[in-house]
Amino acid sequence: MVDITITVNGTGHSLSVPDNTLLSDLLRENLRLTGTHIGCDTSQCGSCTVELNGRAVKSCTVLAAQANNGSITTIEGLGTPNDLHPVQAAFRDNHALQCGFCTPGMIMTAIEMIKDATEPLSADQIRAGLEGNYCRCTGYQNIVKAVLAAQTQLRSV
Amino acid sequence: MYSFKYHSVSSTEEACTLFESSESAVYLSGGMTLIPTLKQRLDYPTDVIDLGAIDDLQGIDTENGSVRVGSRTCHADVACNPHIQALADLAGGIGDLQVRNCGTIGGSIANNDPAADYPAALLGLGATVHTNNRDIRADEFFLDLFETALHTGEIVTAVSFPTPLRAAYVKFPNPASRYAIVGVFVAEHNTGIRVAVTGAGSCVFRATAIEEVLQRDFRPAVVEGVSVDHSKFNSDIHASQEFRGHLVTEMTKRAVAKIA
Repeated sequence: MVDITITVNGTGHSLSVPDNTLLSDLLRENLRLTGTHIGCDTSQCGSCTVELNGRAVKSCTVLAAQANNGSITTIEGLGTPNDLHPVQAAFRDNHALQCGFCTPGMIMTAIEMIKDATEPLSADQIRAGLEGNYCRCTGYQNIVKAVLAAQTQLRSV
Repeated sequence: MYSFKYHSVSSTEEACTLFESSESAVYLSGGMTLIPTLKQRLDYPTDVIDLGAIDDLQGIDTENGSVRVGSRTCHADVACNPHIQALADLAGGIGDLQVRNCGTIGGSIANNDPAADYPAALLGLGATVHTNNRDIRADEFFLDLFETALHTGEIVTAVSFPTPLRAAYVKFPNPASRYAIVGVFVAEHNTGIRVAVTGAGSCVFRATAIEEVLQRDFRPAVVEGVSVDHSKFNSDIHASQEFRGHLVTEMTKRAVAKIA
């Protein structure tokens, strides 16, 4: 077992987990934050994307122990149903989801992209940035529209 | 994943000591290859030694006409450093955004995947690999499929690249994995032109016949005239030997065209 102290969505946690625990499993099983989805479990689909120490990572391919002393934001840490994060609101307003399974990962990646960009992102840059996130409802058109819309709002704040 | 003992270490000395006292240890850098390997039970070490907390393996320094990249520097950070634009372009084309935030240059070269991008940059730029106890020229570092000159338990600490006069990297990526089906790194230093090819064979190699013609006449068209022996190239569902041979010529032409 390995002792881990982490901050998730602003709340500190200290727990002891098996050494081979994945960050995605710690979030879902130990902390019951099931908004982080496990799609492929092979580091390809991006549904499990969370922000670890300010950067988007695929939590199914990070050991929980690697996140020790780290700070994590998951989809649950962004907004509430009555007060959505601007990227969440843009996904809703642009019909950027059908089944919604990929959406938490898409949003976590989109937030990093918008945050890191020094200039407004083009649609092509958004598509390139989302290469690690798969939507199997083939909703990419509206996902790109949503990220463009969210970017406009976030950059004007 | 089979069970293992996880260790976080704060120095390369501590890592080596642990490695030697373990039954079968592996080092963990960014984990973008190692963790999927463990999850598929293709490897089952008794101990996983995480190098992530060793501070002096991080960062990029430019000095005396060269760039030194700490082994635990992630691809995203190299992609932002414009000192050698071709190297930044290469790093920015590895995997996807999330993979680039975790994967490291040291991990990539120590693994020496035959389709990885960084080996082409190291060989093309005539880099030096620094480890915890010696320096190894890139020409002597990459030996064969997933095989390097690293001794058991040796740790890559940094890679240094002499700044080229001009350089470019172009790859034909697998559209799903973004690994290079064929990638070609072309670089010119005062010492001459080097052309390094990844993805085509079992290990990165220099296309010396192409280097010779480019040395005389640095134009994409001259590459056409050089025959590429594809008889020992990889062949799989993504590309035949013949197609990889064609891609070596085509990617070289594109790289030369970028900087000619």
